[in-house]
Amino acid sequence: MAKDLLKVKDLSIQYNTDEGVVKAVDNMTFEIGVGETIGIVGETGAGKTTTALGIMQLVPSPPGQIVQGEIFFKGEDLLKKKEEEMRKIRGNKISMIFQDPMTSLNPVMTTEDQVAEVILLHQEVSQKEALEKARDMIETVGIPRERGKEYPHQFSGGMRQRIVIAIALSCNPELLIADEPTTALDVTIQAQVLKLMKRLKDEFETSMIMITHDLGVVANICDKVAIMYTGYVVEYAKVRDLFENPLHPYTQGLFGSIPNVEEDEKRLNPIKGLMPDPTEIPEGCPFNPRCPKAMDICRKVLPDRVEVEEGHFVNCHLYPAEEYKK
Amino acid sequence: MSKNILEVKNLKKYFKTPKGMLHAVDDVSFFIKEGETLGLVGESGCGKSTTGRAILRLVEPTSGEVNFEGKNIVDFNGAQMREARKNMQIIFQDPYASLNPRMNLGQIISEPLLINKVYKERKKVTDRVKELMDTVGLTPRLLNAFPHELDGGRRQRVGVARALALNPKFIVQDEPVSALDVSIQAQILNLMQDIQDELGLTYLFISHDLSVVKHVSDRIAVMYLGKVVELSDYNAIFRNPLHPYTQALLSAIPVPRMDAPDNMIILEGDVPSPVNPPDGCRFYGRCRYRQDICKAKTPELREYEPERFVACHLVEELQR
Repeated sequence: MAKDLLKVKDLSIQYNTDEGVVKAVDNMTFEIGVGETIGIVGETGAGKTTTALGIMQLVPSPPGQIVQGEIFFKGEDLLKKKEEEMRKIRGNKISMIFQDPMTSLNPVMTTEDQVAEVILLHQEVSQKEALEKARDMIETVGIPRERGKEYPHQFSGGMRQRIVIAIALSCNPELLIADEPTTALDVTIQAQVLKLMKRLKDEFETSMIMITHDLGVVANICDKVAIMYTGYVVEYAKVRDLFENPLHPYTQGLFGSIPNVEEDEKRLNPIKGLMPDPTEIPEGCPFNPRCPKAMDICRKVLPDRVEVEEGHFVNCHLYPAEEYKK
Repeated sequence: MSKNILEVKNLKKYFKTPKGMLHAVDDVSFFIKEGETLGLVGESGCGKSTTGRAILRLVEPTSGEVNFEGKNIVDFNGAQMREARKNMQIIFQDPYASLNPRMNLGQIISEPLLINKVYKERKKVTDRVKELMDTVGLTPRLLNAFPHELDGGRRQRVGVARALALNPKFIVQDEPVSALDVSIQAQILNLMQDIQDELGLTYLFISHDLSVVKHVSDRIAVMYLGKVVELSDYNAIFRNPLHPYTQALLSAIPVPRMDAPDNMIILEGDVPSPVNPPDGCRFYGRCRYRQDICKAKTPELREYEPERFVACHLVEELQR
């Protein structure tokens, strides 16, 4: 087992809004080994992006607030770092790819200048060397280096996203956080980007957090996966275990909701009902009003995390802790 | 064998741009049988939405025929078109942009009824609105609610109710679930299926999501850069795609399953510009099998096997 690069423990982040307190991330715990990719899966408002912003220390404050928890990166707690120290880590040791390639680039700077900017900021190199490195990086992501002189609007969506990836990777980060990196892309372009990310993972041993709502992308690229619902991780497992034996009714519901291209099913089995209002998370298990297997206890008590098999965690009363204690 | 409710013949829609003519829809022909769902798939900019809109004359076709129940509606005048639209409705992609924020649900859903003066008494209109809300699974309590009070799934239900108001025979669904989360998406897909079974509707289902299209469609048409490149039964297309573009498109879907074979065909480059496209096959530049003939001559959509249409010069050779 690879050594843990990042260890998130009991992380809770909330937003204090006029309508009340929104617990965006509640008691989140996970770890990532060197070269490992973890998928964070959930629907709108599940807290995926807030988790990423929490690790980067970019939660907008106010209204955001990290209430508790620890984020160990290479043994040091990021939450105890000063802003100045964080700035040296961001874009250097940890970088992030945002969802929308159309808005995350500067429209009035050439693409190679944008890649070089990060390199200049974090490495002791001359302007010229930085630019040369930037062009290498642009080539690495599969764009001819001469095109670095062009501006973002001259690029297609897929190419822009590759420039964003080039920026994120230009300082050889140890951890890459990708927030829905392919959601805005067409499927054939998505395939190109996924292939590129896999190659980078193999070549540079970059660890990744892949935030997505697409279980297909998870099966394709991730080693581990955390399923989130209203700020809680409801299931956390190795990808194989999760796909072969999904335990939480919400996870099962997600699988029932996606049309399967390989099989011929006449009807989908969606999860009934809607996501609860984030300021009024139901008591007990947050999923209980939509859960087909809800019991009395689910309406009263928030389930604890139980290790059902090695490395396969679930927060659900269907799997009582007593039965699985070793 | 049911009859064809819609026949599209040589439909073209060009847009004038400063750089030249943009061939959004370029000589597209297909038909839809009564009661079936035809899926129209393709990537952004391939012309699928423009096709859907041109069929309803929400954009005026540059040329070509749209025969609905045997009559070419392209020749219809305003009054005839208004009459025809009672039978042809559309559901839009973005449930946030397609509802007037200053109208409440009752007003939105009753608008088609009032415009077409379907009922004389106000009470009947309200009854019909409530009935429609019931059909799409919205509680009547929401009658006076405004769109901003609803989540995406419910808003899309409002769009469905509005489209159903005039008892249409045919509905164009333009990416109806793309803006929704998967669990909500599944609810809407099931709803559309139930309504189709109950009312015997015909759908043109436009989407970029191949798994969704496969799930809902009886037959599927694949578009690339303004052209239909392949059209057949959904099973045939997924089991044995004929066109090299369809093959690449299908192979690129990440399958949510462990040990899925990793046989993605990675296409090089991007979709070329639809402005002043050159002669020959539109897919030429990215095709693995391209030959000289593909550049010289535009392949026609032809019946390769019964009910299987493909526009590729090399299909016989590739299938061998």
